[in-house]
Amino acid sequence: MNLDPKVPSGPLAEKWSKTKFDYKLVNPSNKRKYSVIMVGSGLAGAGGAASLAELGYYVKCFCYQDSPRRAHSIAAQGGINAAKNYHNDGDSVWRLFYDTVKGGDFRAREANVYRLAEVSNSIIDQCAALGVPFAREYGGLLDNRSFGGAQVSRTFYARGQTGQQLLLGAYQALERQIGRGQVQMFTRHEMQELIVVDGRARGIVVRDMVTGAVETHLADAVCLATGGYGNVYFLSTYAKGCNGTAIWRAYKKGAGFANPCFTQIHPTCIPVTGEHQSKLTLMSESLRNDGRIWVPKKQGDTRAPGDVPEDERDYYLERKYPSYGNLAPRDISSRAAKQVCDEGRGVGATGLGVYLDFAESIGRLGEDTIREKYGNLFEMYERITAEDPYTVPMRIFPATHYTMGGLWVDYNLQSSIPGLFVLGEANFSDHGANRLGASALMQGLADGYFVIPYTMGDYLARTKQAPLAADHPDVRAAEAAVAGRTQRLLGIKGKRTVTSFHRALGRIMWEHCGMARNAADLKAGLAKIPPLREEFWRNVTVPGSGDEINQSLEMAGRVADFLELGELIIRDALERDESCGCHFREEHQTPDGEALRDDQRFTHVAVWEYQGDAATPVRHQEALTYENIQLATRSYK
Amino acid sequence: MNLTLHVWRQQNARTPGRFVTYEAHDISPDMSFLEMLDVVNERLIEGGEDPIAFDHDCREGICGTCGVVVNGRPHGPRERTTACQLHMRSFADGDSITIEPWRAKAFPVLKDLIVDRGALDRIIAAGGFISAPIGSAPDANAIPVRKVLAELSMDAAACIGCGACVAACPNASAMLFTAAKVSHLGLLPQGQPERFDRVRAMVAQMDAEAFGSCTNHEECEAACPKGITVETIGRMNADYVMASLTVGRRAARLGDSGGG
Ligand SMILES: Cc1cc2nc3c(=O)[nH]c(=O)nc-3n(C[C@H](O)[C@H](O)[C@H](O)COP(=O)(O)OP(=O)(O)OC[C@H]3O[C@@H](n4cnc5c(N)ncnc54)[C@H](O)[C@@H]3O)c2cc1C
Ligand code: FES
Repeated sequence: MNLDPKVPSGPLAEKWSKTKFDYKLVNPSNKRKYSVIMVGSGLAGAGGAASLAELGYYVKCFCYQDSPRRAHSIAAQGGINAAKNYHNDGDSVWRLFYDTVKGGDFRAREANVYRLAEVSNSIIDQCAALGVPFAREYGGLLDNRSFGGAQVSRTFYARGQTGQQLLLGAYQALERQIGRGQVQMFTRHEMQELIVVDGRARGIVVRDMVTGAVETHLADAVCLATGGYGNVYFLSTYAKGCNGTAIWRAYKKGAGFANPCFTQIHPTCIPVTGEHQSKLTLMSESLRNDGRIWVPKKQGDTRAPGDVPEDERDYYLERKYPSYGNLAPRDISSRAAKQVCDEGRGVGATGLGVYLDFAESIGRLGEDTIREKYGNLFEMYERITAEDPYTVPMRIFPATHYTMGGLWVDYNLQSSIPGLFVLGEANFSDHGANRLGASALMQGLADGYFVIPYTMGDYLARTKQAPLAADHPDVRAAEAAVAGRTQRLLGIKGKRTVTSFHRALGRIMWEHCGMARNAADLKAGLAKIPPLREEFWRNVTVPGSGDEINQSLEMAGRVADFLELGELIIRDALERDESCGCHFREEHQTPDGEALRDDQRFTHVAVWEYQGDAATPVRHQEALTYENIQLATRSYK
Repeated sequence: MNLTLHVWRQQNARTPGRFVTYEAHDISPDMSFLEMLDVVNERLIEGGEDPIAFDHDCREGICGTCGVVVNGRPHGPRERTTACQLHMRSFADGDSITIEPWRAKAFPVLKDLIVDRGALDRIIAAGGFISAPIGSAPDANAIPVRKVLAELSMDAAACIGCGACVAACPNASAMLFTAAKVSHLGLLPQGQPERFDRVRAMVAQMDAEAFGSCTNHEECEAACPKGITVETIGRMNADYVMASLTVGRRAARLGDSGGG
């Protein structure tokens, strides 16, 4: 497997400008002869499709929802980072770069992260120009808030709906190109197979989710911007349809899968209420700007929060991390919450919860200010829990939220399969072992608006490809694989529902590969998945037929892939015998319970190569070299 | 709690649909409305029956995918709440609940409770954007925006495109949806150059789809889960009049490209 990261030579700050100059260009009048497939219409996909179309390429864009505007990016709440330093508080491209590498616990590629920080400012400019109604100060200039893992205020936001507004900006740019005929949009189409011919990605096979038709689309290059795979845990903050299918199909066609075990558990979500629970709802990290996290000092304290006097409360983040306090990074805050709950100090009926309390800030700033900043989040909380967070502290608990792992890509966002590019959360690139808040939106738009338009041009200009016949044997084989899978799923006619398998898988993942991991638990989890998968293929029941809307069939295909991907996640977690970022191995911790990295053995990206269903995948390494910053122990104290 | 559901079942766009009655037992008040449907569906599947098809994704009230008419009200009884954020504590033990898809000529039923809302995307494609090619933007602080305008713009931009306004309107008009976008972009300085072309292009597309016209029932505002107000319609009408007054025939021809 070729894992050359293609990091350009030269000083860090000049790498991207130099590379952009070195890239080959496609003559403007030739651009329309090239076609590109974009799977996904989130920030990365819609942004990428719109920018490629603006350049003149012909783009086909796909999403599984009924409109590109509904991609899961829409749900992001808190904000997007940029190194504008509009507040004169000492921010810079370098600081954003440094915070991101440090936040990721030194497991990300320096050059990629630097480029991300470098284009962050253009993203804000572009979004404002597209009409994103960012929050403003009275003078009409842009406002900022603070997010975890940073001591500067660099997060731009649009109330608690930042993802929605950024996505609508990208969606509108995309619709403009659809109106011009430069992009053809395929909604309710699910990618189920990648077509690779002569070692190059040349197209995809999709299922039309309304008619069931199996369709083939060929192009000069394929981009996947299909989001994260966190739904492998069943309960998560993702939308119900988010899936790993597109990247998993690509993995099985030879694309390397990097750091699958880097899955982020977000500290502030609304706790589970019962067995019926279908998803978990995030309460944005931005709330930690004004909310204080605490639990009672006493174990098993069942008093109402208002009855617990101040000196009997443990504001444990403020106590343990005085300089970052409630804004400690996510992995650290989540583990701290788990710890106090394990000690029997958790709150709520299940004991799996901690308070996020706004009383102090409401007292200081007034209820109106809090309402203006977080109104919609408070309303969302009230809808779900029937409790009023203006008067009673919120109850929160960690939940699966984001995947730093994903398909391996080089500096150009190209996977190990030439012609297959991966954007946004679907790739592994920029966040190392832990993503900082407000950096995913930044990365999605960086990839889509400012990286892929350049790297794609270089690939197309350098690659001579003959047109591909629709009846090429590799194309036919991919189509047959899709049709065959559907028939197989429908034909099992067993007794157990798809959801019940998904829940069972989620439970294994959460118990064996959740917030704290150890070799014995991981091994036990690894042993539990194959029997579950075997039962799935023998005993799942998928009613209905393949030539109509069939939501059970859609879920069955996704869960089938999760049952394989889950195993790879655990395998990766077992092999990474160190603690770093989100990946906390109990065997490796400092005396006060902080993660202990093993830089000697693990300063690398783990990249998995598929070897067939019956064989164990091979683990490759891309060494990470830090030329510009010193590896240090992360400290937020 | 135990409930009786009357649910619209329809195989596909070509087959006529009908109501089918289901008993929903042991429903917890903490379940969301869609989780209640999940429970019913799991039992249907276990019994070898086709589950009820309904659209949903984020289940957080933001993606706009879900949307059913509950006892005659789009998204159900609770104000400013999508079906996915509606919880069963809004109902009482023993209630009968009627569940139907959005009813509008412009939104053909695809299956059971799922409709085709592609017409809304086509309205946006006609002009619901600011033409600012990627890479062309000035510094974001180069164009200050009055705070009050940014807030009003954001109020309108909060639209999730669910289509409840169309479902609620006796004429199945898409005025509130279209006006929300016209307001969002038209209130901002960045949106000014295309302001009048935009409103003309979007209204023309709205008319070309199978939506009805607005006769001021204001049912849309009552049904909107995001609290978009009919004030936006007032703004759009004013812009539309201005567009006809200020844009002469030659200019209209030049602007007919929809700003594309
Ligand atoms: C509740 C929540 C809040 C968040 N808040 C923030 C925040 O405040 N700041 C921040 O920076 N980040 C935040 N994040 C993270 C961030 O939103 C995501 O990481 C980011 O939006 C992902 O964008 P994307 O374009 O990569 O993928 P997505 O937006 O997930 O888009 C994926 C696209 O791929 C399509 N797709 C997927 N599979 C297939 C398939 N098989 N076939 C066809 N199409 C397919 C989908 O239809 C969709 O269009 C949040 C995440 C969540 C869940
Ligand atoms: S499912 Fe997204 S708004 Fe209801």
